[in-house]
Amino acid sequence: MSAIEKISLDQTGLLRFITAGSVDDGKSTLIGRLLHDSKSIFEDQLTSITNTTRKRGAEGVDLSLLTDGLQAEREQGITIDVAYRYFATPKRKFIIADTPGHEQYTRNMVTGASTANLAIILIDARKGVLTQSRRHAYLASLVGIPHLVVAVNKMDLVDYSRAVFEKICSDFSAFAEKLNLRNIAYIPMSALNGDMVVERGDHLNWYQGATLMDLLETVSIEDDINREDFRFPVQWVCRPQTKELHDFRGYMGRIESGSVRTGDAVTVLPSGLSSRIKEILVYEGPVDEAFAPQSVTLTIEDHLDISRGDMLVKIGDTPQVTKAFDAMLCWLSEQPPDLNRKYLIKQTARVVKSVISRIDYRVDVNTMAQEAVNALKMNDIAHVGLKVQLPLVCDDYAGNRATGCFIIIDESSNNTVAAGMILPAEGSA
Amino acid sequence: MSNHPFSHLDALESEAIHIMREVAAECANPVLLFSGGKDSIVLLRLAEKAFRPGRFPFPLMHIDTEHNFPEVIAFRDHRVKELGERLIVRSMEDSIKKGRVVLRSETQSRNAFQSVTLLDAIAEFKFDACIGGARRDEEKARAKERIFSFRDEFGQWDPKNQRPELWDIYNTRTHPGENIRVFPISNWTELDVWEYIAREKLEVPEIYFAHTREVIRRAAGLLPVSHLVQPQAGEKVERIVVRFRTVGDMSCTCPVESDAATVEEIIAETAMTRITERGATRMDDQTSEASMELRKKEGYF
Repeated sequence: MSAIEKISLDQTGLLRFITAGSVDDGKSTLIGRLLHDSKSIFEDQLTSITNTTRKRGAEGVDLSLLTDGLQAEREQGITIDVAYRYFATPKRKFIIADTPGHEQYTRNMVTGASTANLAIILIDARKGVLTQSRRHAYLASLVGIPHLVVAVNKMDLVDYSRAVFEKICSDFSAFAEKLNLRNIAYIPMSALNGDMVVERGDHLNWYQGATLMDLLETVSIEDDINREDFRFPVQWVCRPQTKELHDFRGYMGRIESGSVRTGDAVTVLPSGLSSRIKEILVYEGPVDEAFAPQSVTLTIEDHLDISRGDMLVKIGDTPQVTKAFDAMLCWLSEQPPDLNRKYLIKQTARVVKSVISRIDYRVDVNTMAQEAVNALKMNDIAHVGLKVQLPLVCDDYAGNRATGCFIIIDESSNNTVAAGMILPAEGSA
Repeated sequence: MSNHPFSHLDALESEAIHIMREVAAECANPVLLFSGGKDSIVLLRLAEKAFRPGRFPFPLMHIDTEHNFPEVIAFRDHRVKELGERLIVRSMEDSIKKGRVVLRSETQSRNAFQSVTLLDAIAEFKFDACIGGARRDEEKARAKERIFSFRDEFGQWDPKNQRPELWDIYNTRTHPGENIRVFPISNWTELDVWEYIAREKLEVPEIYFAHTREVIRRAAGLLPVSHLVQPQAGEKVERIVVRFRTVGDMSCTCPVESDAATVEEIIAETAMTRITERGATRMDDQTSEASMELRKKEGYF
């Protein structure tokens, strides 16, 4: 009898979300409210920000200081990067990627969004849907965040007007339809007074939906991962070569999508050789079945040459194996891309040389207009063509986030210069 | 066999295993920093989960301030023996002898000087990646640090010039002389660590549990009496029941009053506590609002 419990697919445990909006929209107040009302602010943190508030000549407690990390930022009164915050309720653990809303916004939001299950887009009820709201929605759709919450904040400043809220909802949804955004929830709130954040408050009785916290605690994220297509990139080959385990070859990695059972027929890509799953091992012992995002060790029936970067998939359900593909790129570097140079692409556990063969167009993130360009700047989003020296094993990003994403590394500086999302191959559905 | 949902601990564990395997596969000469403290104890279990039945593809290393609690050092050696892995110890005493570290007094806190010994050891062994147990919930400079945190050849962290980290594709590349600090449990909280210790039934040094100890009250905290900390004029030695939330330099690691004597009681206490881990236990972090950021810029973990 093994001590291993069967783990079910029900992923209730951990929700990662991002807040999009500027300080003016009450973003820091909202995060402060979530942390405060879920009792996640510690006394020494409160003391420290109270002291700082006073030192700056203000009164009370400025909750935005909680999300204001570095000395460099405090001196300049700006927020320079993505900060991660943690809180928990009895139902779930939460990770907030808090991204600042200034000119580096695209780069920071794409970074924070890349691991998020959900995005909260803050809209000031007095101002309605602005250019920046449309930009946030576009970036959320680009990065494929599965759930969206439109938080119509500062309802206290529009007399908690239902008509104002409904106008904003219809404006936003008209726009969102064009972006293929699904699962949008609209919540009227006042983060300052705490209405509809954790508590319902007394002012929004006409609103029957969930509070923000209810929604965060209960939104189903089980299907945020592709459950259909088994994808197992090999990270590390375990060959202990000890007396007892002389012939042991374990393929170690994380299941990126789908699931696998012992006995399943699998193909190794890019070689195309086939075998069957012999064992699925976790530290506690063998299991019959495993699923994304578990990290496991697989052994197979046959002796094949498999190394890091190869991918195990099920026979009959294979991804693309390609040396040329189109992608949406978010350029992250101050140095513009050079179409004559080679860059490294890292995708799953593969690192290959590549060239950017075409820049088809740049997307204006404010208007979504496509513009022909010859060069890209930091924060640009562009449709490009890429060629790689050795084939990538990949899916299109919309169908499989984990195997459709990649980064571009500049080999001379070693910096990460772009984030990419693979588009469906020409002629495929 | 019972069903249990894929919990937040399962998610955090799988993420950490994935990170460790990336380090092993892509870095030429990594090392895992093991101090005997609870966070690095969790790292060792994660390394077992990542690499067994194989051996760890990296040695363990302890930067010894020689201001450690003896219980912690005993625990460190016991755990390493149990695992059958290689431990490197580099001591601050060596850095002092070489004149690389100059202390004002024998009893001064040595936490800040660990960076010197660490950087010397990195140079000695040509390590290109150091896996450490830091968490983002510990401190606000950490909240902005990447999981793969790049350091230049002087070991410095440049918070304004961090590599963007997207999805879970990690850029592990370095030039010779540079290195990366890797924090697989970045996304864990203090409570997660204790829940994991309970779930995995991990042993931890005794000083994490409530015990009677001689302490003095100094500034806002309690200090354990030892050869490094003796009462000054007007200070009174008290014997009270305390436990440690972190284990570090004996001269500046403060215990908290607690009667939590089991892991379950520590979890209950951690879930209720209203003071952050570092706020309660590290005098050296209270010196200025930016203490940790400054130390990290100088090469600290």
